[in-house]
Amino acid sequence: MSSTRPLRASIVAALALAPALAATSARAAPDTYTLPEPTAQFRPAPDAAHAAGFQAAQETCMTCHSADYVAMQPPKKGQAFWDAEVAKMIKVYRAPIAEEQARAIAAYLGATY
Amino acid sequence: MTDRGRRDFMRLTALGTIAAVGGVPRARAGDTATLPFGNGARPLVAYPGKRPLLQMTARPPQLETPFAVFDEGAITSNDAFFVRYHLADIPTEIDPQAFRVAVTGHVERPVELSLADLKALPGQTEIVAVNQCSGNSRGFFEPRMAGGQLANGAMGCARWTGVPLKSVLDRAGVKAGAVQVAFNGLDRPVLPETPDFAKALSLDQAGDGQVLLAWGMNGADLPWLNGYPLRLVVPGYYGTYWVKHLDTITVLDKPFDGFWMKSAYRIPDNSCACTEPGKAPDKTVPIGRFNVRSFVTNLTDGAQVKAGRVDLRGIAFDGGSGIKSVAVSGDDGRSWIEAALGQDLGRYAFRTWTAAVELAPGTHALRVRATGNDGGTQPMEPRWNPAGYMRNVVETTRVRAT
Repeated sequence: MSSTRPLRASIVAALALAPALAATSARAAPDTYTLPEPTAQFRPAPDAAHAAGFQAAQETCMTCHSADYVAMQPPKKGQAFWDAEVAKMIKVYRAPIAEEQARAIAAYLGATY
Repeated sequence: MTDRGRRDFMRLTALGTIAAVGGVPRARAGDTATLPFGNGARPLVAYPGKRPLLQMTARPPQLETPFAVFDEGAITSNDAFFVRYHLADIPTEIDPQAFRVAVTGHVERPVELSLADLKALPGQTEIVAVNQCSGNSRGFFEPRMAGGQLANGAMGCARWTGVPLKSVLDRAGVKAGAVQVAFNGLDRPVLPETPDFAKALSLDQAGDGQVLLAWGMNGADLPWLNGYPLRLVVPGYYGTYWVKHLDTITVLDKPFDGFWMKSAYRIPDNSCACTEPGKAPDKTVPIGRFNVRSFVTNLTDGAQVKAGRVDLRGIAFDGGSGIKSVAVSGDDGRSWIEAALGQDLGRYAFRTWTAAVELAPGTHALRVRATGNDGGTQPMEPRWNPAGYMRNVVETTRVRAT
């Protein structure tokens, strides 16, 4: 899809120009949408051994999605389930999470959810 | 009722799911509904332009339609229609005057079309069609799997207004040798390294005259979260192809190899699109058409009814052959009676139905099974696949008659 990028850039440029045009024509202002802020938080770690994973989850996962994405997953699926989920976030969705941090997050998720 | 059905009924009653989402006629924002599976608590949140819906995730916004909405009729209101995004950088500012959809790639004349341009193209049309998430009902799979944990509310039926994709492709002039058409929208990943959400259809399907670029939904502009100002409508096909905020159409001379076609949204390559529970398939293909489904909409699982004649109503739909018949059972599938079909809004629409069963005092498992004009019907036992797609088991509604 790399061939689409220049076209996208031109659309972005057109959008950026829109307010200036609005001043000189009968153009309507851009429509906007306000999304409610996420409120869900990660569950606290069950013990001190998982505190670092809890901290890392809060610092990394919510870059791309809210904590409710984790909380809605089926309960008590076990460590392998959460190892696979964390691996998917890194390998497929390219989350920039170092190996040690990833292990801590997966252990926290497995122990908590 | 089977022993299993009876146990499930007792369990559901004990858990108090009678008061769950389906049983509340009009959900209120601030309430929490509990879907009948583990970790099923969902806040009811009213987004701008939407009534209170089941918030699956806040970021990206993912909202499920409370099931009671489907008892309102064959058309799902814009303010109740489900919302599904993959990636969280969704557009929050769009100028409909400046908006353009680009048609590019393997074409004679790349073009950028405004909404006004699209509305002036030949063939403007309307179609009533169901949109359904591939993972609708995923929360009911057993064993369960990762993903969006939906009950049965990630579907809806609307009257879409737009122009055939064929008209747009003809305007650009598809070159000989083209094989597929890819679609991308204004929504983006948060991290540039994350695969952007883009989908593709075969050139044959893209040019069949049924696939629309739609700006209208139930006589109004598309709601923001349903793809304003323009989305793809692919009648009979799962929602994954109905690209929202559509701004780029790329004609390709070789198959699209993006993540969301090549790796995601794939089903086992066999006639049931299923595997033994817990097992991976040998071979997969991209998900395609809906299978046939039907639901009782006026009674919720766990409901109490008066013994005697009990009126049932509901909806049915399939991937576009149209609904031939709907049958209901008041005795867990041992005997069946034909339902009366309601108004025909077209072969891609929800088809309403009505029926009545005689229920003696006690517990009963009501079943509903639809058959399409293509002969497709629903299995009595649920099928399974690793991603939790395409659930279409004959639904069971357990009631207690007193």
